[in-house]
Amino acid sequence: MTEAATTPRITAAGGGIGAAARAAGGAVLPILAVVLAIVTLWYLACIPLNSAWVIDRAGPEADLSTGDILSGVFNQERPVLPAPHQVAEELRATVLGEPPLRERRGSLQGNPRSLVFHAYQTLAPTLLGFLVGTGAGILLAVGIIHNRAMDMGVMPWAIASQMIPILAIAPMIIVVLNAVGIEGLLPKSLISAYLSFFPVVVGMVKGLRSPSSMDLDLLKTYSASAGQTLAKLRLPASLPFLFASLKVSVAAALVGTIVAELPTGARFGLGARLLTGSYYGQTIQIWSALFMAAICAALLVGLIGLAERVTLKRMGLAR
Amino acid sequence: MTGTETAGAVIEARGLNLVFQTADGPVHALKDVDLSIGKGEFVSFIGPSGCGKTTFLRVVAALETPTGGSVAVNGMTPEEARLNRSYGYVFQAAGLYPWRTIEKNIKLPLEIMGYSRAEQDERVRNVLQLVDLEGFGRKYPWQLSGGMQQRASIARALAFDAPILLMDEPFGALDEIVRDHLNEQLLALWARTEKTIGFVTHSIPEAVYLSTKIVVMSPRPGRITDVIESPLPRDRPLGIRDTPEFQRVAHRVREGLRAGHAYDD
Repeated sequence: MTEAATTPRITAAGGGIGAAARAAGGAVLPILAVVLAIVTLWYLACIPLNSAWVIDRAGPEADLSTGDILSGVFNQERPVLPAPHQVAEELRATVLGEPPLRERRGSLQGNPRSLVFHAYQTLAPTLLGFLVGTGAGILLAVGIIHNRAMDMGVMPWAIASQMIPILAIAPMIIVVLNAVGIEGLLPKSLISAYLSFFPVVVGMVKGLRSPSSMDLDLLKTYSASAGQTLAKLRLPASLPFLFASLKVSVAAALVGTIVAELPTGARFGLGARLLTGSYYGQTIQIWSALFMAAICAALLVGLIGLAERVTLKRMGLAR
Repeated sequence: MTGTETAGAVIEARGLNLVFQTADGPVHALKDVDLSIGKGEFVSFIGPSGCGKTTFLRVVAALETPTGGSVAVNGMTPEEARLNRSYGYVFQAAGLYPWRTIEKNIKLPLEIMGYSRAEQDERVRNVLQLVDLEGFGRKYPWQLSGGMQQRASIARALAFDAPILLMDEPFGALDEIVRDHLNEQLLALWARTEKTIGFVTHSIPEAVYLSTKIVVMSPRPGRITDVIESPLPRDRPLGIRDTPEFQRVAHRVREGLRAGHAYDD
């Protein structure tokens, strides 16, 4: 029976919110242990990486105690590897310490010192690109399963498109679009859409083809049209696949936007923040931007997980 | 259509052949099948795997296209009969969509065929009563037992009131106690609705208990070896299975299966 084969997967993916909370409760200790181990390793790694600068700076005659070296290692302005507390302090100062918007030349503008403002500059094109990419991915998948020519013709190109290093193609797209007068949000979203459509195509083709031949025969005995088969069987059956794809594609969309900001001299956004940080050797700024990007990705994936649970529950697929 | 049809036949097959082209060469799934099924009959198809009993049902339902011969359903081609909503099909597995409640599953064919909302509700109420599932309309399929799920799938096939019911081993996956119960219910339902039923099964007692006509088939190539008109009365309590008449029919079915050399290899 097909149901028997598909339902355990759906349950595993859907699981009630309550069950997830219980699982999280039992997982607190292991998670804390892992975090503690990472932070400890991080602090330890700072010592060899940052101590050379401390010793150089003191000069060959200086007689430094271990304590002197350690305090120098963990509190430099431009360390090779910033210590965790420095990154945390930078995050606090740029997220909580600065308003995202400020008064300038008589109008309210984005505050480039606020990491929230930069995150917004990255998230907006990410979400637009994600929506465009997801929509395009679903449409392509629907075309692929209904049309043999598209099945043979589109998939190789879709795969080839993902073989091109995004770092190589992003500046070209931006330059070409700039030349025809398209600037701002759109070029960045286009690159994030370019990265995010692919997981959706692959997942949706699989999902739309997931109904068994018996499920399809049943609709045939009703003389259902291709459109009715799509709406009543293929699309609902593909939803668990879609959500799995969306989690991958939203993270890819964020990476796409950040990469789009890197080679183009963008002034705002997390990618721009990474770039200026590396120009001026502001390693603490780079690391805090990296953490912000990770937090954003976790939030986006978490939101999709929530949408997944709610949707599957409403469809009666989660028990 | 030719004039060879039996008057009043609902399903009429003449010299039906179906050859599947597979990677291992052609497979003769149906060979020279002649069969006539009258209105209101309960016809069972019995035989070992590969004898073409399911294939025959699928040809009648226009899910397979024969490579030779003809088949008529109510005087129409199978495709026309399908468009005319002449039959409901019940598969081996219940095949209920897990994201639809029982009610919504039964509404599936009605939605596709464009029934009004009020009529959908009305019909769902009627067929749920017919299969003894009142009060379970709002449940999801996984909340029901296997036997109840299969009953819901029968309700779905009955919802648009097709005169023919085609059933492909509908109770094959269920245990014998549930099966006996469902067989009894199916007979009651058949008596009430006066539908023509085509029923594929592996089980000799099931075939004899249910049918007015038993078609015995044998494999390689799939063909009919015997057609038995049952002498049993239409009204059949479960106890009828212990009577000598029942045993005689069952014996003849067994002989027919053996004659087909079905279990020689």
